[in-house]
Amino acid sequence: MPDLLIELFSEEIPARMQGKAREDLKKLITDGLVEAGLTYAGAHALSTPRRLTLAVEGLTAESKSVREERKGPATTAPEQAVQGFLRSTGLTMDQLEVRDAGKGQAYFAVIEKPGRKAADIVAEVLEGAIRTFPWPKSMRWGSGSLRWVRPLHSILCILSDEGGAEVVPLDVDGIASGNTTRGHRFLAPEAFSVTSFEDYAAKLKRAKVMLDPEERAEHIWHDATNAAFAAGLEVVEDKGLLTEVAGLVEWPVVLMGRIGEDFLGLPPEVLQASMKEHQKFFSCRNPKTGRIEGFITVANNEPADHGATILAGNQKVLSARLSDAKFFWENDLRTVAHTGLEGMAEGLANVTFHNKLGSQKDRIDRIEALAREIAPLVGAKPDLAAEAARVAKADLQSAMVGEFPELQGTMGVYYAKAAGLPDAVANACKEHYQPLGPSDAVPSDPVSVAVALADKVDTLTGFWAIDEKPTGSKDPFALRRAALGVIRLVLANKRRMALHDHFSEQLLRNDMAIATAQKRHHDEKAKKFKEETASGVTSFSLGVATVTRELDGRKVDARSPDLLAFFHDRLKVHLRDEGIRHDVIDACLAMPGNDDLTLLVKRAEALSAFLKTDDGGNLIQGFKRANNILSQAEEKDGVEYSFGADPKFAEDETERTLFAALDTAEAAIQPAMKAEDFGAAMSAMASLRAPIDAFFEAVQVNTDNEIVRRNRLNLLSRIRTICLSVADLTKLEG
Amino acid sequence: MTTTAPRSFQEIILRLQTYWASKGCAVLQPYDMEVGAGTFHPATTLRALGSRPWAAAYVQPSRRPTDGRYGENPNRLQHYYQYQVIIKPSPPDLQALYLGSLAAIGVDASVHDIRFVEDDWESPTLGAWGLGWEVWCDGMEVSQFTYFQQVGGHDCHPVSGELTYGLERLAMYVLGVDHVMDMPFNDPDAPIPLKYGDIFRQTEQEYSRWNFDQADTGMLLKHFEDAEAECTRILAADETDGAGRRIVMAHPAYDQCIKASHLFNLLDARGVISVTERQAYIGRVRALAKKCADAFVTTEAGGASEGRAA
Repeated sequence: MPDLLIELFSEEIPARMQGKAREDLKKLITDGLVEAGLTYAGAHALSTPRRLTLAVEGLTAESKSVREERKGPATTAPEQAVQGFLRSTGLTMDQLEVRDAGKGQAYFAVIEKPGRKAADIVAEVLEGAIRTFPWPKSMRWGSGSLRWVRPLHSILCILSDEGGAEVVPLDVDGIASGNTTRGHRFLAPEAFSVTSFEDYAAKLKRAKVMLDPEERAEHIWHDATNAAFAAGLEVVEDKGLLTEVAGLVEWPVVLMGRIGEDFLGLPPEVLQASMKEHQKFFSCRNPKTGRIEGFITVANNEPADHGATILAGNQKVLSARLSDAKFFWENDLRTVAHTGLEGMAEGLANVTFHNKLGSQKDRIDRIEALAREIAPLVGAKPDLAAEAARVAKADLQSAMVGEFPELQGTMGVYYAKAAGLPDAVANACKEHYQPLGPSDAVPSDPVSVAVALADKVDTLTGFWAIDEKPTGSKDPFALRRAALGVIRLVLANKRRMALHDHFSEQLLRNDMAIATAQKRHHDEKAKKFKEETASGVTSFSLGVATVTRELDGRKVDARSPDLLAFFHDRLKVHLRDEGIRHDVIDACLAMPGNDDLTLLVKRAEALSAFLKTDDGGNLIQGFKRANNILSQAEEKDGVEYSFGADPKFAEDETERTLFAALDTAEAAIQPAMKAEDFGAAMSAMASLRAPIDAFFEAVQVNTDNEIVRRNRLNLLSRIRTICLSVADLTKLEG
Repeated sequence: MTTTAPRSFQEIILRLQTYWASKGCAVLQPYDMEVGAGTFHPATTLRALGSRPWAAAYVQPSRRPTDGRYGENPNRLQHYYQYQVIIKPSPPDLQALYLGSLAAIGVDASVHDIRFVEDDWESPTLGAWGLGWEVWCDGMEVSQFTYFQQVGGHDCHPVSGELTYGLERLAMYVLGVDHVMDMPFNDPDAPIPLKYGDIFRQTEQEYSRWNFDQADTGMLLKHFEDAEAECTRILAADETDGAGRRIVMAHPAYDQCIKASHLFNLLDARGVISVTERQAYIGRVRALAKKCADAFVTTEAGGASEGRAA
């Protein structure tokens, strides 16, 4: 069983693409080999910035020969049919066999596909993989037409077994395969040949190339933590950066340096962002003070001076970068001191949020209005929430966020504090963006909650208003994340709010924004037209017409139910993760007030818990039985049995007991529902289980006595009505 | 290879000239117009198009009005120099050739950390893009290295390899200078030693003031429109002149495109272009660049006579 070794040696592959490239190479090659009839014991892919490597162990030496038999037309069939069969099989008339095929004689083709040598298959599969490799971005070079992520220089491809190694011959646009590769660009640039994967990995290591990205990452982390520890510091963990840095070097050499005194006063987030973004440095923190005081850089060279030159150079670049950051920081603080944070926010009037929805300033005005409305519902002071909304995005205009967009919000907190704003307002600058993803923390400070909700609801209603809803996997404005954010904010803080009201309000505000933006475009065009043609243009008047519709006695914007349904889909996913079945949610969604998410979830949780009890499960069966009998009778009779069950027509004791039980349950359920004590309502409903079971046991509903039958159907209708007042149990499955 | 360390800004330039001349490049002179980067030189933009082989190297004074800092910032200038190398088709050993040029100016790869870090290049105004890297030396970006894929909306066949060195930054690093104005321009032991600041401090101040506060925006706007109109007009003109010769005016048209681009940069520095207008202006310059490229590929230098079967 030979082993296969492939190395594709190129100019530097972007670090961020190496992980997927390893997987793709492994999949393309192993799938291709298997499809061609080979099997293998194992495969693993490795990479450095300059090479993609695949090792396949225990490959079969050749594919099995395959014998295929195909039945053709009858011997009596017209000539055309026979010719067609010959074409499709690639055989000639004398190669066909004539056999008895049950209903007379027919032609048969017997096609022998001989087994192929592994080398032939490998050459074919590898060439195909190179030509179709799914790089996120690829390029041509020189005069050729081959595409690769960067120029491809050589292909190493060998099959090796106990007997030795042989090169798998192939040639891709003039690049011929061989058994040689090269070591580190500077430390061991000579070419050398290899005979197996083990030989290859060992020789590479001698040639200062650590082939395994995991090994490089571990090596970097190990040396970095040691170096930091020796200096009394700790490395700030950053998995993404570690993977990236491991993809930038073939021979990692860790160097540690100190940050100049001048810069230690910068916020730690700024130091980290600057060092990571521009220099790909790890930050080192002083555990005693929490300050960032050092950095780790990873070089790809092992110079005689032990990196003194490299470190000095990096230190110099860092100082220049941090001087810039310090300049931004001091500039921003000066702006805040002169004009306050609202002054900093002024420029947002010139920043377009979306060409149909106006500027960032327009959007902030809408968020402010909504935050003010929502504030009392989440326990915040309306004025404070409004102030927070006004300044929460001011830092987008700061020099620092201009340089480091990922510091949006973080800088806002610093600048708000510098402006002397209350802590609640300052924190909202960062927290109003949260939660950023399903695992991000949910803010709990009422001011932050108010602005966070207003921000997200404005985004959603805005894009609903211009009909830019997510479709399939396309969600360019991250609206799903925004909706889940609203859901988590409301539920985690147990806040009660009727979303339809806020959706309707905010849809209207967005409609106004759309109309204003249209008018602005129109006016600009008109002005230009007037200048060019010196003629007048009729003016454009601003008009907004919103369609509303009645829903449970409330007037809501006609687009609001669709938006709420989008929320309900997100909610189902969210609750499924918490162990609540989707049909349980459907049963609760059918109840009024389903735009109050806290109420909705409370109901769903109670129903979910109820269904897990013995009584609950059985009651649902009883309900379903009652509902089925009733529905069939109603359909058959063409009437609705919904009123007038009378105990005096009860014939059986179980029937009378059921009447009494329904009275009791109804008396308990109604006030419980009113008090939103769904647990109490459900347990009252559970008390019906025994009487319903006993009733069905003893009584036949559809008796010949028409009066008794009608009375019993009306009794079933009471069961249905009472049960449906708790949740729409017809939606439950099973 | 051991090389003595260069002693001045001009020595670094001279060494690069000598190096690339020795590698077979035609050493051109700077283009005589205001441009934002060496790429704008027709020796790059236009010559990257078509099938004719090409190899050129040159210094290009470049202007970025918004980067002016009145000569105060240690490394930001509104007027600076780029060194540009363009070779078509890109040779297979271009990375090695590039590293050789670093060695020629005294950057010894055995004591430094030289890295090729992903950097996709795109010029929205030229309708051009390519893949490559920024080259880092000890954490500092010293060059851009690009394989052109498209210019003026045309696929590059064959592909050109382009190297761009930011000369001041690179020289400051090699010479160990912290402020650009302190950098020796000629030899420090020359009878009249001149520092970068002796030559450029005052001009940086003057241009910074003009760029930011004084340039007549009405005039700039009008010049922009004029350049745009002239570019379009001469490309639309009859290809045959009065004497019956076919002469496509790709280069004069491209000059107007360069002009429009620089005028846009000046208007931008004056802060009179809003965010929304910005895109529109860039689109207008790109449209000109595209027309020039379309015209160039129909000319001799653009490879028209070589046949475009490939």
